[in-house]
Amino acid sequence: MNGHLLSIVLFTPLAGMLVLLLLPGSNKTLIRIWANVASLAGFLVSLPLVWRYDKTASGFQMVETADWIPSLGVKYMLGIDGISLLLVMLTTLVGFLAVLSSWSAVQERVKEYYAMFLLQQTGMIGVFLALDFFLFYVFWEVVLVPMYFIIGVWGGPRKLYAAIKFFLYTLAGSVLMLLGILTLYFQHFEQFGFYTFEISDLMKLSLPLGLQQWVFWAFFVAFAIKVPMFPFHTWLPDAHVEAPTAGSVVLASVLLKMGTYGFLRFSLPLLPDASVTPAIVQVLAGLSLVAIIYGALVSLMQKDWKKLVAYSSVSHLGFCTLGIFALNPNGLAGSVIQQVNHGISTGMLFLIVGVIYERRHTREIKEYGGLAHVMPVYATVFAFAMLSSAGLPLLNGFIGEFTILQGAFETSRVWAAFAVTGVILGAAYLLWLYQRTMLGEVTNPKNKGLPDLNWRELAVFLPLIAWAIWIGVYPKPYFEVLEKPVAEIVERVRPGYFGQQAAVQALPGEVR
Amino acid sequence: MLHLWLIPAFPLAGFLANGLVGRRASKAAVNLIAIGSVVLSLLWVLKTLAALGPLEHTHIERYFTWFQSGDLRVGFDLAVDRLTAVMLLVVTSVGLLIHIYAIGYMSHEGGYYRFFAYFNLFMFFMLLLVMAANFLLMFVGWEGVGLCSYLLIGFYFLRHSATTAGNKAFIVNRIGDYGFTLAVFLIFLGFGSLDFETVFAAAAGRPVETSAGALTLIGLLLLAGAAGKSAQIPLYVWLPDAMEGPTPVSALIHAATMVTAGVYMIARCAPLYTRAPLALDVVALVGLATAVLAAIIGLAQTDIKKVFAYSTVSQLGYMFLGLGSGAYSAGIFHLVTHAFFKALLFLGAGSVIHALSGEQDLRRMGGLRKHTPVTFVTILCAAVAIAGVPPFSGFHSKDAILLAAHHHAPWMYWAGVATAGLTAFYVFRAVFLAFFGTYRGPHHPHESPAVMTLPLAALALLSLAGGYFNVPRWLEPMFPPAEGAHDALLVYISVAAAAAGISLAWLMYVARPGLADRLAGRLGWLYRLVYNKFFVDEIYDRALVRPCVEGSSAVLWRGVDAGLIDGAVNQVGMKARDAGSVLRLIQSGSIRSYAAWVLWGSVLALAALVLSRGAR
Repeated sequence: MNGHLLSIVLFTPLAGMLVLLLLPGSNKTLIRIWANVASLAGFLVSLPLVWRYDKTASGFQMVETADWIPSLGVKYMLGIDGISLLLVMLTTLVGFLAVLSSWSAVQERVKEYYAMFLLQQTGMIGVFLALDFFLFYVFWEVVLVPMYFIIGVWGGPRKLYAAIKFFLYTLAGSVLMLLGILTLYFQHFEQFGFYTFEISDLMKLSLPLGLQQWVFWAFFVAFAIKVPMFPFHTWLPDAHVEAPTAGSVVLASVLLKMGTYGFLRFSLPLLPDASVTPAIVQVLAGLSLVAIIYGALVSLMQKDWKKLVAYSSVSHLGFCTLGIFALNPNGLAGSVIQQVNHGISTGMLFLIVGVIYERRHTREIKEYGGLAHVMPVYATVFAFAMLSSAGLPLLNGFIGEFTILQGAFETSRVWAAFAVTGVILGAAYLLWLYQRTMLGEVTNPKNKGLPDLNWRELAVFLPLIAWAIWIGVYPKPYFEVLEKPVAEIVERVRPGYFGQQAAVQALPGEVR
Repeated sequence: MLHLWLIPAFPLAGFLANGLVGRRASKAAVNLIAIGSVVLSLLWVLKTLAALGPLEHTHIERYFTWFQSGDLRVGFDLAVDRLTAVMLLVVTSVGLLIHIYAIGYMSHEGGYYRFFAYFNLFMFFMLLLVMAANFLLMFVGWEGVGLCSYLLIGFYFLRHSATTAGNKAFIVNRIGDYGFTLAVFLIFLGFGSLDFETVFAAAAGRPVETSAGALTLIGLLLLAGAAGKSAQIPLYVWLPDAMEGPTPVSALIHAATMVTAGVYMIARCAPLYTRAPLALDVVALVGLATAVLAAIIGLAQTDIKKVFAYSTVSQLGYMFLGLGSGAYSAGIFHLVTHAFFKALLFLGAGSVIHALSGEQDLRRMGGLRKHTPVTFVTILCAAVAIAGVPPFSGFHSKDAILLAAHHHAPWMYWAGVATAGLTAFYVFRAVFLAFFGTYRGPHHPHESPAVMTLPLAALALLSLAGGYFNVPRWLEPMFPPAEGAHDALLVYISVAAAAAGISLAWLMYVARPGLADRLAGRLGWLYRLVYNKFFVDEIYDRALVRPCVEGSSAVLWRGVDAGLIDGAVNQVGMKARDAGSVLRLIQSGSIRSYAAWVLWGSVLALAALVLSRGAR
């Protein structure tokens, strides 16, 4: 049992889904209760990962291996390191909260709805745990399907357009990624004489720089679309606007992180020479900076509450990719922490839109105003989410942003100088949104007498609030968990990095 | 261990208590929590300072590592040295008086518990700011006080102008923080640490930069942060608007404490600035320019709080002038006396506003000295202090700054003296307009209750006698006294300027009441220029805000995003569908047409084969 913890974490939601399918579709309450129980169980079984994880050890832990398709060299192989640990915990918690938040929001095809969420949970956890590239690809594609249906069936008025756009966009990227994977697969056969998709094996390849760069760009398209990086981001606002609240929450909090995770787990370690090619680094950092500033400016002008939050994601994810391509410990660690932070903060912001959408069925910002007067608790929670997203110190966002900027600064002062403007603009679009929706007089009669948050709604926010404070006040454990895996990535792409650092620091002592 | 952490912890606890349960608590309970926490904080400050005695060395307490990434380690460390001691005393004592005053002032306002929760939260962050032992923890306090400022400016959140002013304050401060953040990175790059102790010790070993170098750049970037927080050119524009907040907020945050954080920060970084004389010159220039500009604008304002707001900007400019002249202790000295008399001016203004049921326009006041005698006398104490009348508090500190400025560059002294004259004029103009002549408004003015007038009296005492707290002497171990002898003539000149300002105000507003209006009419466009604050807000709006907003909307969003990128994406989709609909024609499902395709295909293949053979 203990040896299969990762499998248990991986398949608990799927098992929950299978049981769910057996329940009678007419009994909606039973289905709701079961879906909440199953997703809560999914979170609870993942908790032991936190204390079983040994932050002093390098490499992957709790590894499970079994042959899956021996003729192709495909293995069922799971393992966890600090990066995947944080993302898995984010997935299981946010997954549960998303299900909890859907209690009254979804009334039609309830059974199918929850089934899709549980299936998606397994898919996302699989992406973060897979150590076999083929297995990873399978989970990557599995995630696509439930989200397609969640948007396409339970979405808003333009749901089909948004769902198909989301699907085709991502699929286009996946195809290129598959080509990249196959290139590595056949290269491995040529060099070592056997077929494998195992990542640790593929890391032993010695590929010429030109080929690495081709594969890098193939992966890039897949991951950049998922993140999404500028200019591959236009599926995101449509998908978010049309998706039901819980779909948006999972999409923003977890699905996007599959892209950044792809860069961290595959692009950098498998293609280290390509990843440090100055031209590639410049392009990636440049696109990240454009995303940070452009995303914020476009966000500033949105008239649709949800679209505003969607564009803010483009800006925030720009920080994450910038941190990755700073290619130093601060940048990478900051990026992972910011991925978690974005999951918390933006998850909350989407939940906040969901709460009001359920009451008023509109997302037009100009329909609102003065809600703080009618819904004080709601306004307080929103203020908290806003401050967390805007990077106020002692809350989570600051830690991630600051560390990323520190890392970016170490690599290039110009990058940092541009990126910091994103912090200014971040405050601007959020404060303005808050002012237009929450403050002032209640001018629209439809907003009078709206009920404040009920206990279930508040319960969705409280864990995220607590988590945001924890990361903001005492982030040390997060940095400790990330120290080894981040160091491994840095050592892989910049061999001798830590040796040089030590030498630089030793120097003044010798002079003295 | 002296448990320094308790000093900020008390108000934090007050914030949590009032924030979580204050809504259902009685006013008395809210008062007890809010005032009690500040009292405890003040008592703990006194106890700590008594225990530390002469404070020859910095007392540092390290609690835990806040975060650590790579070589960057930031601790949750608090420190007390002589500079911090001064700040702690000012913040807790003036803070306490204003808290008490607010009981009376806010008694009829909604959201009573919310106000005091924010006030306590502000005290927490402000105390953290002055006790932080490294740059990043200081930044926590720095951002935190900014947040409280935002919340309290927008306290009357039903009023659009109030919430807009809150946004403006936060965003303009963020622009300043841009500099602060980059400075922090540069400091870490240059010194490998963010601890004040380590950084300043390392800086002490560096040579003075005669041309622009790393320290100069750090100094300038920190100045950007300070200019945001302390409302200096070009970032001062948020402070006058911040007067939308309740008057106790203006007194505590936007006069006595928060806005002086920039002054404190530069003084704290004196070891860096001393080695970057170019940056220090810029500090002096920015300070002087702000002092002059804001004093001129203050001449023509008609809203009593706006007059005092521009006065604050101007006085902060004075402090920067002192710092920039290398007289850090003079800058801090003026910070202290200013905290007394400016808090008093605002609280006095608040008392007047309270008496007139919310009226803030000087043109609808007048003759109030008969109706609100206590307020009148206390405001008069503040006025003589800020005008620099000897021997009251402002005289001592302003004198110290002007002498340092003269030593630094004589022309700066003369500009400073002229500003002192303007200061005396606009303050007494406000006093005369409000309290002399006959009452011009529709209300029935009444004196404020004792809970408001007692803090006024206490601050009046401090404003009169505060100059005898010899702050520069106390700070000598940290900031060596500036060179240059005490020149009595220079002192007489500045006192004469103050006297001239007061006399002119008397002439124009008491002796010959119509004179001011005639003069304004005569000066025409010049008066309008000053009255409209040189149109700086309008220029910023046209030159910066609108291009940003309209460009984002028209060019970036509708042009690039929806037009170019998404247009291209949709085009690809459309073309794919078109291609598909052509290809669909082939998939007709008719066996005979398939057979025909097979036939034609075979013929073509054969033909190709034959032809290629033949070609060979």
